Amino acid sequence: MENIKKLISEVVPSAVIEEKEPLTVTVGNKDFRLLAETLRKNDVLSFDYLNQLIGIDKDEKLGVVYQLSSSEQPGQTIVLHTYADNRENPELCSVSDLWDSACINEREAYDFFGIRFIGNPDMRRLFLRNDWKGFPLRKDYVNENEMSVESHEMSDISTHFSVVNDKVEEKEENVFENDEYVVNIGPQHPATHGVLHYRVALDGEIVKKVDLNCGYIHRGIEKLSESLAYPQILHFTDRLDYLSAHINRHALCMCIEKAGEIEVPERAEYIRVIMDELTRIASHLLGWSCMCMDMGALTAFIYGMRDREKILDIFEENCGGRLITNYNVIGGVMQDVHQNFRKQVKEYVNYQRKKLKEYHAIYTGNVIARGRMDGVGVLTKEKAISFGITGPSGRASGFHCDVRKIAPYSIYQKVKFNEVMRTEGDTFARYIVRLEEIEESLNIIEQLVESFPDGEYRSKTKPIIKLPEGEYFERVEAARGEFGVYLASDGNKTPYRLHFRSPSMALVSVMDTITRGEKIADFIAIGGSLDYVVPDIDR
Amino acid sequence: MFDFQIVTSWFDNLLRGCMPEFWVLFIEFVVIGIALLTAYALIALALIYGERKICAFFQCRLGPNRVGWKGLLQPFADMFKILLKEIISINHIDKVLFYIAPFVVIIASFLSFGAIPFGKGMQVLDFNIGIFYVLAVSSLGIIGILLAGWASNNKFSMIGAMRSGAQLVSYELSASVALLTVVVLAGTMQLSEIVEMQQDGWFIFKGHIPMIIAFISYLISGHAETNRGPFDLPEAESELTAGYHTEYSGIQFGFFYLSEYLNMFIIASIATTMFLGGWMPLHISGLDAFNQVMDYIPSVVWFLGKTALLVFFSLWVRWTFPRLRIDQLLHLEWKYILPINMINLIVMTIIVVYGWHF
Repeated sequence: MENIKKLISEVVPSAVIEEKEPLTVTVGNKDFRLLAETLRKNDVLSFDYLNQLIGIDKDEKLGVVYQLSSSEQPGQTIVLHTYADNRENPELCSVSDLWDSACINEREAYDFFGIRFIGNPDMRRLFLRNDWKGFPLRKDYVNENEMSVESHEMSDISTHFSVVNDKVEEKEENVFENDEYVVNIGPQHPATHGVLHYRVALDGEIVKKVDLNCGYIHRGIEKLSESLAYPQILHFTDRLDYLSAHINRHALCMCIEKAGEIEVPERAEYIRVIMDELTRIASHLLGWSCMCMDMGALTAFIYGMRDREKILDIFEENCGGRLITNYNVIGGVMQDVHQNFRKQVKEYVNYQRKKLKEYHAIYTGNVIARGRMDGVGVLTKEKAISFGITGPSGRASGFHCDVRKIAPYSIYQKVKFNEVMRTEGDTFARYIVRLEEIEESLNIIEQLVESFPDGEYRSKTKPIIKLPEGEYFERVEAARGEFGVYLASDGNKTPYRLHFRSPSMALVSVMDTITRGEKIADFIAIGGSLDYVVPDIDR
Repeated sequence: MFDFQIVTSWFDNLLRGCMPEFWVLFIEFVVIGIALLTAYALIALALIYGERKICAFFQCRLGPNRVGWKGLLQPFADMFKILLKEIISINHIDKVLFYIAPFVVIIASFLSFGAIPFGKGMQVLDFNIGIFYVLAVSSLGIIGILLAGWASNNKFSMIGAMRSGAQLVSYELSASVALLTVVVLAGTMQLSEIVEMQQDGWFIFKGHIPMIIAFISYLISGHAETNRGPFDLPEAESELTAGYHTEYSGIQFGFFYLSEYLNMFIIASIATTMFLGGWMPLHISGLDAFNQVMDYIPSVVWFLGKTALLVFFSLWVRWTFPRLRIDQLLHLEWKYILPINMINLIVMTIIVVYGWHF
């Protein structure tokens, strides 16, 4: 990190470097592009992975916070701040050519803050309708949009801003050609696993281009959170990626606990991690089942759902909820585990180990299944890092990205487990990584249940929690990849800005790249293997 | 063994005794028509119930068990529901073709249904070119599917219909070649004669290895012709929502549904007739006592039993295998099954010419 600091001050002397964890650099918008390029391409440590790109409205200025890390040293992150010159026409340089994941994240920042990114090839709104007035996450936003019940034509024009002779020029391009055979996959479609809308240009059966439309179920959770107290916003996290509800909530709780310096009893940590791993297994089981169903194997689907039910039963007994557990609270968990908990979990671990063999028998070895999965939808390691594909899908491409390993949180340091890695990056690799991760999770649970400590399950917290002023980052390994929380506090009882890095958004943004040239049936199979969850995209 | 012809000729003579020939034929046609329609509907209902139960057991579920004893009345309830459902009219479709399509599909399956020998003397259409006829009329169904896909004015339906066209036309070839192998051995195309020839041994036992190959390839290509998993690409509910019948509702959809089930039955019964001796009981030459015991079982039971076994096999495959992709599907047909079948046919011819078969 010392080398990096030296590099930054050499390249951009005007950059303000703050010595804290993580290293924070504030830089003017003129020099920002140079700094970003230097960080991306240098000999010391190439920051090739953009964790988060967060729009922010701070001190009357609109800006962007970038969280970067390197795939070589993924444990360390660096944070860049840059602000636009004015509020009327906020413009910043795009970094979408340096990091592919920036493209969709910049669209989100444009959508909510109105910051135009010069050089981004596609500056359409991401979540809101094209005729939406105003930018809702700006602090001075007043809603003047009336509820419309009319159907709107989808805009087929993408806007592109570029600098020509020191002047910003707007260029419009058609997303699809006029004579292209465009099929709507979604918003109501059995294989999109939710209300997601792809428009797919086809040449016979072959996919030519994919255009993503999100926002059908956007609930504005980040905006809502800005007016609610910390204990109140916890339950939103369960409703992001509802299949890793418990893990998401763990991330936000950890972030608040770190900021507010709240101690968590050891027993609570154990409960949290066991529940995290159970959630991960449940999620992977559902992912496996749905992928099999997408490829036409309905029996495999039922097998997965049958075994997932056992986990939901454990959840129900401990927290009352089955899918949305609402179990983590600031300082621990909501209530102590049920007296049968340990017995049930042990039984489940043994049960699931046996059933995993069944899965391999019914699907993994099937000749048709292998024909459908091997070599299909290859995602290279470079693309995976650039698009920020984490979780099982990233590891299938050889991206060492398990947050439990690279930046261990909670009690993950105490347990022994392997990070499941593959290098092929095809659909089968993504498929098998999930099944192997279930085994690893079972190992973790087994170790933790053995050494389950007694004691408090929750530490006492103040009724009203106020966090000291500052920025806080936290990341955990959710079932679909790195789930990040960015929390900016101004010392009040509500957050000033809260942003979630959702792994699913990265997953859908890569669909266009890896499905081009494949068949439409593979498009569905690849979507199933990426295993995205739509509410996680539409936050 | 009871010959059903006794009943039919008694009925024929009875009518001829009291009315002119025109009315005799008229009444007989009506009676046969009603009997066939009823059988068609009942078999479809039985298949639907069977499929739901069997698939439930594959999937660790119970299946229908509320309506009637063990859910036996469930398919009837479903049938009445689908009859009562509104047919939703859709804008911007080719109305004539759209409404004709389900009829084309069901008529094609009904025509081939008529030619099946259900038991001794229980066959409606017994042409001397029986197999030829069955192949011809069963391939009419594809027209209905293509029409449905085209007339729906829906992109998913169109893709489904195109897939279906490619698939059915391809697999028809190897199904026909496989059946030709049997015709070469039997020396006739008449279904009743083919069954009679298997009195002392079913063709699958008589015809050496080429017959077994023909049987397996007929099962695969027949299965593909019924549009059922792993060959259900024209519907492919996770890709194309429902393929060619996406826009259909009510009994129009019911026709597609019904003909799909009946096609499965027809494929199984053709396979039974051609390879497994049709309604002919299992005879082993030399064991007369055994053969006599076998003869006591009615021919209809033999036929339906063998067919049910093949249908079960088809369900088993359907509920275990994932779906193929269109290019893999065509590869399988054009690069493997069809060439194997062609060679198989030649080998069979040589065997027949030199009299090497049993």
